[in-house]
Amino acid sequence: MFIEVGHFAVVLAFALSIVASTIPLWGAHKADARLMALAVPAVRGQFVLIAVGFAALVAAFIDNDFSVLYVAENSNTALPFAYRIAAVWGAHEGSLLLWVLILAGWALAVSIFSQSLPVVMKTRVLALLSWVTLGFLSFLLFTSNPFERLIPAALEGRDLNPLLQDPALVIHPPMLYMGYVGFSVAWAFAVAALLGGTLDSTWARWSRPWTTVAWLFLTIGISLGSWWAYYELGWGGWWFWDPVENASFMPWLMGTALIHSLAVTEKRATFKNWTVLLAIFTFSLSLLGTFLVRSGVLVSVHAFATDPERGAWILAMMTIFVSVGLFLYAWRAPYITSVGKFNWLSRESLLLVNNVLLVVAAITVLTGTLYPIALDWLKVGKISVGPPYFNATFVPLMLPLMLAMGFGVASRWKRDSRQLLNRLAVASAVAAALGLLFNLVVVENNSVLIAVSVFLAFWVLVTAAREPIQRIRSKGSVAAGIKSLPLHLHGMVVAHIGLAITALGIAVTSADSAMADEVIKRGNSATVGGYEFQFMNIEEVAGPNYDATRASIKVNQGREHVAWLYPEKRIYRVQTSPMTEAGIDAGFTRDVYISLGEPVGNDSWSFRMQVKPLVRWIWLGTIFMAIGGLLAVCDPRYRRQAKRKAA
Amino acid sequence: MTPIRRKRLMYVVLLLAGVGASVFFASQAMRENLMFFYSPTQVEAGEAPVGARYRLGGLVLTGSVEREAGSIEARFVLTDTQAQIPVSFSGILPDLFREGQGIVAHGRMRADGVFEADEVLAKHDENYMSPEVVEALKAAGHDPTKGDPEEYQRQKP
Repeated sequence: MFIEVGHFAVVLAFALSIVASTIPLWGAHKADARLMALAVPAVRGQFVLIAVGFAALVAAFIDNDFSVLYVAENSNTALPFAYRIAAVWGAHEGSLLLWVLILAGWALAVSIFSQSLPVVMKTRVLALLSWVTLGFLSFLLFTSNPFERLIPAALEGRDLNPLLQDPALVIHPPMLYMGYVGFSVAWAFAVAALLGGTLDSTWARWSRPWTTVAWLFLTIGISLGSWWAYYELGWGGWWFWDPVENASFMPWLMGTALIHSLAVTEKRATFKNWTVLLAIFTFSLSLLGTFLVRSGVLVSVHAFATDPERGAWILAMMTIFVSVGLFLYAWRAPYITSVGKFNWLSRESLLLVNNVLLVVAAITVLTGTLYPIALDWLKVGKISVGPPYFNATFVPLMLPLMLAMGFGVASRWKRDSRQLLNRLAVASAVAAALGLLFNLVVVENNSVLIAVSVFLAFWVLVTAAREPIQRIRSKGSVAAGIKSLPLHLHGMVVAHIGLAITALGIAVTSADSAMADEVIKRGNSATVGGYEFQFMNIEEVAGPNYDATRASIKVNQGREHVAWLYPEKRIYRVQTSPMTEAGIDAGFTRDVYISLGEPVGNDSWSFRMQVKPLVRWIWLGTIFMAIGGLLAVCDPRYRRQAKRKAA
Repeated sequence: MTPIRRKRLMYVVLLLAGVGASVFFASQAMRENLMFFYSPTQVEAGEAPVGARYRLGGLVLTGSVEREAGSIEARFVLTDTQAQIPVSFSGILPDLFREGQGIVAHGRMRADGVFEADEVLAKHDENYMSPEVVEALKAAGHDPTKGDPEEYQRQKP
């Protein structure tokens, strides 16, 4: 019964989104205050109704209501409680409902936190977001209904895909969607500004915090996905350049360009055209990512079976949202004037370099992702583009980006001079010294690429840290110095340091990881990367919904005992699918990683053993980036501005 | 030149330089790193390149998996129900590797007619088969999706 209430609520939300996407927009066009006043309650109503629908689905999962098809397909009575809730977004239909809920949540947040926005602008933004809600709700209701009944009801559910029964996967999709969907707000602000023809720096100031929040969630989402793949897939890789990963990485690259370009538009009232285009393209890439993942056009480890109808829906939505944005842009662009002038050596120029490199990086990733699909459609042949392509194209773009970052942070708006180099003399000396030390002491299998990456990472780190250090020196005390630095600059410093940490992690892990697949007889041991793995025992253990074979491995380094590791091979009872659960000794300086293979007779098993130095730094850095984003958003200047407008 | 024009020119030059460099890198990388997919029938017909790395996909022939006791090397036969290609692989096979399962192997053909795989991919989902393998099987006159369409078309996020 409850599930029908949920279904009905979502249908009502659909009806309401038709109203919310049209009437207020008409009101804004006619300057009719009564019609415009409809936007806020309509958006809030949508959120409440979709939340009711979502709650109904959650309740069905908690109750093990297998008369609901989606629940029967993705849950089971033996599934632990937390995973029953996570199973709501464990497959296509439910995760789409979560997507719509988050979208409605973003719209709700805009309606709450944008009290200071001019009514017309606010109305347009909310109406445009309602268009997106309308699109996704119709997609949900017409092609992917999670509320469908299964009659007669199943006695037992088919269980959640075992790979998804994991704490990181519980929060990974919501975080990722917060990011993906959040860029719709940036899109809505850009299109609303184009509609009104008021593309000024105030618009950039409104749009900035929203874009940054979306970006920081996407950062966390991608990082969680990478961490999950690392320990759950049992291969020890942290990034595969898999099309589905690329699908989330492309909007991230474009979004990163966008938050920097927004800074220029706000501070210097220039780059306006470019910023608007970036906002449109970032959201387009979010939609493209959704299309790639949901339509089944991809050949990948994640590839999901094809459903052309669903793909066509998303493609149609993408076409509409992008072309509306671009059409309005083409119409308005001639009237957008960028007033700010700047010299070839200035912060603007360096941020322009940043933007170009990030956008080009996004394009190369896009090319590698779409190329196989295009060739397949053209019947030229079935190919796959592997990690070597992405490494060969992506890395050479990131190195100059890091070089530009250091100059960008220290440069001045509008016009800088040769003094920029003088200002950075000390910083570059320190970076060179630290980089050299790190290269000599930490990196073992060095190469030119690795050495250069390490130097550039320290360059980014030192130039970022230079800001607060200078403040501290000029104020004479740490507290006063830190306090005098505006919060958004703290955010920049922390995020850039995060990037440096991630870059160091990537460089060292790529250079120095050791890996070997070996057969070990019980009682014997194998040595990989200086660690000795002794295979002590193997036994059967039972989990709540799986049976596992668990090996006990004693890890020693020289004579010193390091850890006991227990890699498992699990068979989940319902789907009878095997799963490797790696044994990992995580550490700040290195991870020791072992996964269990199979019995090869003679009381021996095959194992994959890995030692991965600094691998944790990759995710540690992304935490810094996210915190940096959070600090920037919390800067009171956005709220101060709001108050001043209200007064 | 006015400052605005100069700025625009800089935009264009930077963008062109960036795109040009990336096109260069991309085409270089593409040339070296593309891997084509072949079915056992195509390999048997000699369509697959000799000496180059490619991807071979098909079903693991039931009863064909063997390994010497205590050795990490596994040998099995991949089939599309028409042709059969022996494959050798040293390493940990993926969780979902099983007889009768559709898999994709990356590697090279050896002179003795054994495909030496350096990577073996099976899919995350037990009920799922790589679209390429499905098509290879269809081309060989055996449609795996006909048996139980529900099984193969379950959606996963």
